[in-house]
Amino acid sequence: MTDFAEAQAAQDAATIGPPLWLLAEVTYRCPLHCVYCYNPVDFAKHEAELSTEEWFKVLREARELGSVQCGFSGGEPMLRDDLELLVAEAHRLGYYTNLLTSGVGLNEKRIDALKEAGLDHIQLSFQDSSREMNDFLSSTRTFDLKRRAATLIKSRGYPMVMNCTIHRHNIDHIEAILQLADEIEAEYVELANTQYYGWAQVNRDQLLPSREQLECAERITNEWREKHGNKMKLFFVVPDYYENRPKKCMNGWGNIFLTITPDGKALPCHTARMLPGLEFPDVRTSSVREIWYESEGFNRYRGTGWMKEPCSSCPEKEKDYGGCRCQAYMVANDPNAADPVCDKSPFHHKIVEAVERAQIPGNPQQVKPLIYRGPKESLQLDRPF
Amino acid sequence: MTVTTASVPKIGRHFRIQWEEAQKAYVLLYPEGMVKLNQSAGEILKRCTGEASVGDITADLEKTFNAQGLQQDVINFVELALQQKWVETT
Repeated sequence: MTDFAEAQAAQDAATIGPPLWLLAEVTYRCPLHCVYCYNPVDFAKHEAELSTEEWFKVLREARELGSVQCGFSGGEPMLRDDLELLVAEAHRLGYYTNLLTSGVGLNEKRIDALKEAGLDHIQLSFQDSSREMNDFLSSTRTFDLKRRAATLIKSRGYPMVMNCTIHRHNIDHIEAILQLADEIEAEYVELANTQYYGWAQVNRDQLLPSREQLECAERITNEWREKHGNKMKLFFVVPDYYENRPKKCMNGWGNIFLTITPDGKALPCHTARMLPGLEFPDVRTSSVREIWYESEGFNRYRGTGWMKEPCSSCPEKEKDYGGCRCQAYMVANDPNAADPVCDKSPFHHKIVEAVERAQIPGNPQQVKPLIYRGPKESLQLDRPF
Repeated sequence: MTVTTASVPKIGRHFRIQWEEAQKAYVLLYPEGMVKLNQSAGEILKRCTGEASVGDITADLEKTFNAQGLQQDVINFVELALQQKWVETT
């Protein structure tokens, strides 16, 4: 019985497995204005949010297919008045329920109602370690409020899962961010370097850190791990611009992730709606079963059959599935191309150029004003990324 | 921590075990993650209720599966599960 130790993450490469992870983006509305938000730049055009009943249908149908982790995200999900109802229904159906929040709107009454509804976990995002930077980066006054939210979360017996998106303007504060995590007694800390989608792509040159900054931040994170041991689980996600092989985006297209946008589009990843020439199904008119197994949107980039060179003959094609389709579209202008992060891509120089610019402090691209995420800016820019 | 037949394991705080029909397996769920359990792991962990000792769990498994000599395997697995924080012991 030596196989006792072989408990492992679920994945079935031979057939289309179930959409284990359901991400319910319940609204694009948000009190924050983060410059690296991954929501589509034209989010303000997609205002028609699903109703409570429509979300119930999504939750039920995805659970029937085997979805088991359910994330409530946004925008700021707390802005939905029916969030407690949605969580209760998800809990009743047997999901493990996760709330991804900025903490804005979380008060005693609501956290008690969410706990009562069966919410399993809350991930709280911070923008930086200090009030000044947190509020500057989110263009709000929310830092003290977040500290209070952290205390509330802890007091109701939830694990403290803290997320901080890292970029050029806060990466030098890693030590202080870890200090803050320690103060709020975080059990899990995710230091996720910005990935360049949505608003982060608009502000890319202003946000990409230098190599020196990145190495320093990694060193401090590792030192912290050695010093503090297992008490706090630390995840440091490097920006893929500094890699020469792409990430296995979403663990493979249509493999385990299913995102539902506020207005009811079903996507294989939360940024895929930007891709041209691909119609994504709507949960108002299709069942989740049809969406997951039969739709063109989900089948187009499943597996390796769609690939062209250099991917199709690449010995690593099963390892990363050609990387990210959105990045291929944004950088190589072709969603069927290899992710240009890969040094085999003929467009890899575009990534290299951006990285090289990031090493020159104060270059003109880098000091352009940041564009904050907001409905007005969204309508003005009027483009997907 | 050493596990003995007298240890009483219980599923860890923030973890949940449940049967998933779509995967035909027990899974352990935790914040934003999941571990799919093989049959042996599932059978042991579902008995980690905070009431049965490792000795009780072993006896129950041996009876259910008509097997013998499972004690060391159960102890080894509970030790691993403790390291992973899948279980706590009292």
